[in-house]
Amino acid sequence: MDEPASITATPPADEVTSAAGPAGLFSDLHPPLSHDEALVEANRCYFCFDAPCLHACPTGIDIPGFIRRIATGNLKGAAVRILEENSFGGSCARVCPTEILCEQACVRRAQEERPVKIGLLQRHATDWLMDRQIQPFQRAPASGKCVAVVGAGPAGLACAHRLARHGHDVTVFEARAKPGGLNEYGIAAYKLVDDFAQREVAFLLALGGIRIEYGRALGADLTLGALRRDFDAVFLGLGLAGVNGLSCAPEAPLVGLRDAVGFIAELRQAPEPRHLMPGRRVIVIGGGNTAIDAAVQSRRLGAEDVTIAYRRGPAEMGATRWEQDFARTEGVRILHHLTPVGLVAAGGAVAGVEFAHGRPDTAQPASERVTLPADRVLIAIGQRLDLPVLDVTPRIVAGRIVVDANCETSLPGVFAGGDCVAGQDLTVRAVQDGKVAAEAIHRRLADLRE
Amino acid sequence: MADLSVNFASIRAPNPFWLASAPPTDKEYNVVRAFRAGWGGVVWKTLGEDPPIVNVSSRYGAVSYAGARMAGFSNIELITDRPLEVNLREIATVKRDWPDRALVVSLMVPCTEESWKRILPRVEATGCDGIELNFGCPHGMSERGMGSAVGQVPEYVEMVTRWCKQHSRMPVIVKLTPNVTDIRAPARAAKRGGADALSLINTIQSIVAVDLDTMAPEPVVDGQGTHGGYCGPAVKPIALRMVAELARDPELAGLPISGIGGISTWRDAAEFIALGAGTVQVCTAVMHRGFRIIEEMQDGLANWMDEKGYAGIGSFLGRAVPNFVHWEDLNLDYVTKARIDPALCIECGLCHIACEDTSHQAIAIHRDGVRRRFEVIDAECVGCNLCAHVCPVSGCIRMVAQEVARPKRTWKQHPNNPDRREAAE
Ligand SMILES: Cc1cc2nc3c(=O)[nH]c(=O)nc-3n(C[C@H](O)[C@H](O)[C@H](O)COP(=O)(O)OP(=O)(O)OC[C@H]3O[C@@H](n4cnc5c(N)ncnc54)[C@H](O)[C@@H]3O)c2cc1C
Ligand SMILES: Cc1cc2nc3c(=O)[nH]c(=O)nc-3n(C[C@H](O)[C@H](O)[C@H](O)COP(=O)(O)O)c2cc1C
Ligand code: SF4
Repeated sequence: MDEPASITATPPADEVTSAAGPAGLFSDLHPPLSHDEALVEANRCYFCFDAPCLHACPTGIDIPGFIRRIATGNLKGAAVRILEENSFGGSCARVCPTEILCEQACVRRAQEERPVKIGLLQRHATDWLMDRQIQPFQRAPASGKCVAVVGAGPAGLACAHRLARHGHDVTVFEARAKPGGLNEYGIAAYKLVDDFAQREVAFLLALGGIRIEYGRALGADLTLGALRRDFDAVFLGLGLAGVNGLSCAPEAPLVGLRDAVGFIAELRQAPEPRHLMPGRRVIVIGGGNTAIDAAVQSRRLGAEDVTIAYRRGPAEMGATRWEQDFARTEGVRILHHLTPVGLVAAGGAVAGVEFAHGRPDTAQPASERVTLPADRVLIAIGQRLDLPVLDVTPRIVAGRIVVDANCETSLPGVFAGGDCVAGQDLTVRAVQDGKVAAEAIHRRLADLRE
Repeated sequence: MADLSVNFASIRAPNPFWLASAPPTDKEYNVVRAFRAGWGGVVWKTLGEDPPIVNVSSRYGAVSYAGARMAGFSNIELITDRPLEVNLREIATVKRDWPDRALVVSLMVPCTEESWKRILPRVEATGCDGIELNFGCPHGMSERGMGSAVGQVPEYVEMVTRWCKQHSRMPVIVKLTPNVTDIRAPARAAKRGGADALSLINTIQSIVAVDLDTMAPEPVVDGQGTHGGYCGPAVKPIALRMVAELARDPELAGLPISGIGGISTWRDAAEFIALGAGTVQVCTAVMHRGFRIIEEMQDGLANWMDEKGYAGIGSFLGRAVPNFVHWEDLNLDYVTKARIDPALCIECGLCHIACEDTSHQAIAIHRDGVRRRFEVIDAECVGCNLCAHVCPVSGCIRMVAQEVARPKRTWKQHPNNPDRREAAE
């Protein structure tokens, strides 16, 4: 394609060189594309009609449309195109498992097994806009309506941002001291570097119309009844506050035994993560992306020997194929068909895990016992809702809040989305729920006004 | 947000992006889809007298360059192959349903006053916004004394234009063929005939490829081929120059120009407008990717205009024309030197070999083990900028202007010029 446009300008030298990134403990897993790389990559896109990638994105971003804008040097247009559908386009560009979403569907994969790097192009465009602090949207005239959002994670803030664009005033109640949800506390450090979670939230809030009250927890100092009384609608983006524990773990706490989500949260909040003690021999129990993240980050912190022990086979793992391969290249060992049956303790500290080994689905019964030594055991066998005791409770099935196609719960006017409702636990899905709920709330409030 | 609306020879449109007369504008179905997608106007596929012409199969050839498909495109189609009555009926319907869009009808009938007198009132009755005279088609029609056979003879251009102005009240746009030596001659003739505007370029006579198995030019029709009309991204530089040539011609001052040829992006369009085109027309780019490219074109142009502070198309229309000068007006004392940024250099050596083999031996290699460092020898560098073009890394080689003596000295004043008019200062 042609020379870069002036609105992209030729990038300053430092922007180009920073693409390599500083080699650090938790430096960028996928460094950003340089200006030239982005142009070459954008021109690989065929601008497919009714593009398969677009259908594979849970938020339905017009992917060929934004990539064509990058190719023509219209970076502002590209970023706006992305953020129109996905206000967290910046973090999704970094954390989405694109290998099972948009890039999985790219026709280039069928043609040459090398999809267009959609995630990195998305980052290229959104970074351009955020670096310049250009606000892509203006709020509609004030509607006089106000909405309460509980939880300042991707679901809650995506909902709040959409509502604020429509001219409604939003108050967000967040139990923690910082916004961002798992973007701030859960995502692996090498996926969201340079305090990106906070920078992105600040960029979203600059739209106006959104007020966050920190240290306010539904069930503690807030009741659902009061929120329904004081606001025109309520959105619950609570995420999953609880973690599953090992049924074979002892009652009393053991030094070195902890949940993986808590470990990652501590790591993400540590001012100097390199000073954390990861343990020497680490066993991570679980098979999802949390297990991968906990294992890899332990390795990077200096653990000598890190093993993921999963009770079933590689195909059943929640972690994508790409994540599994990534963990192996980081020096993590992945063992299969190991079901934990007991913890070995010594002097109040964990010393190992005893597993039943075998495949229940074959003739080989899970009768063989193996014990692996460890001074650190991280449990990553899933999170759960752990809803606080509420005055009124929406209907819950299989541990998740039940919602309809508009993300409305069994309580009229109360909506919910993200991890706290059934579905894939992904940032991008949480954002889509927030958007769907916001549009439904907006329609409802517009009806009320007439 | 920038205002993209235009008023071109009293034809109004919400944006300057029109579809050129070609298959994308051949019938109501296509044109309605184009308007729905956002195109500001169309020039309907060229109409002729009944009985309609007959087309061949295949019809298109293309040049794919280094993996990019349809960098150049060629066709051996003729004008519309549908009955005149059907086209006129559809034109009337579309204009009624889309009153805010520009709908211009392209015409080509034999070079007799009777033929033009016959068709003009019927076209005018559709309510269309104007007509475009197709004096450009370089194949098939020209052999029958139409298309570029007319466009290449200024006297004919003037005569037919005058007939059209006499026998209708519609604005008349004359579409020029690039297959001439001096594009100004037919353009001035059109003006003398009373044209309200010019549009250019139509396609360029060409053979895009030869099938080496059948030994026939492409596209091959039953073992044989013919010359076709070349268009698409490859022809943009030729079209830009011709548009600019007319834009700066004092004899044509004030005559609106619609720019055509290889326009695919907002940036291409902005360049045509900067060189004097009041609207642009697109054909190959939509044949390649569909009508939806208009979204990016509008959005990209508006974003760029906002950034530059141009409120409307008129704010930058023709802005580059005064800077399009004759060679003898360029400053001969202006010197640039290449500067290679070592931090960006990937050590490919292309700048060195280009300069060493084909230019001025001004880029030295310093070897340091396996590493190579390239350095410009200022005394040898003539500032041609070949190295900056061959370098694959944007911004790695910059041409840095050196201190220049003022006032500038052009060829007209240069001591080496035997015919110099003024003394050097
Ligand atoms: C370790 C880990 C790694 C992950 N990695 C990825 C990844 O790489 N890619 C990906 O797409 N997804 C990943 N996920 C999943 C992703 O982070 C979640 O799907 C997403 O954050 C869900 O957003 P949410 O807004 O629903 O919930 P959360 O992000 O959990 O946000 C919920 C918010 O609500 C607050 N809250 C909870 N209860 C209350 C209450 N009672 N009152 C007030 N506030 C409350 C919480 O403090 C929190 O701020 C990962 C998850 C984990 C645990
Ligand atoms: C298949 C095809 C058919 C065309 N038919 C006509 C025509 O009927 N009348 C006309 O004035 N120009 C015709 N043209 C020329 C276009 O209108 C246009 O001038 C030319 O293609 C350059 O624009 P582009 O580079 O955007 O394609 C045709 C072009 C193509 C590719
Ligand atoms: S585009 Fe293909 S299918 Fe359509 S008319 Fe032409 S040759 Fe036939």
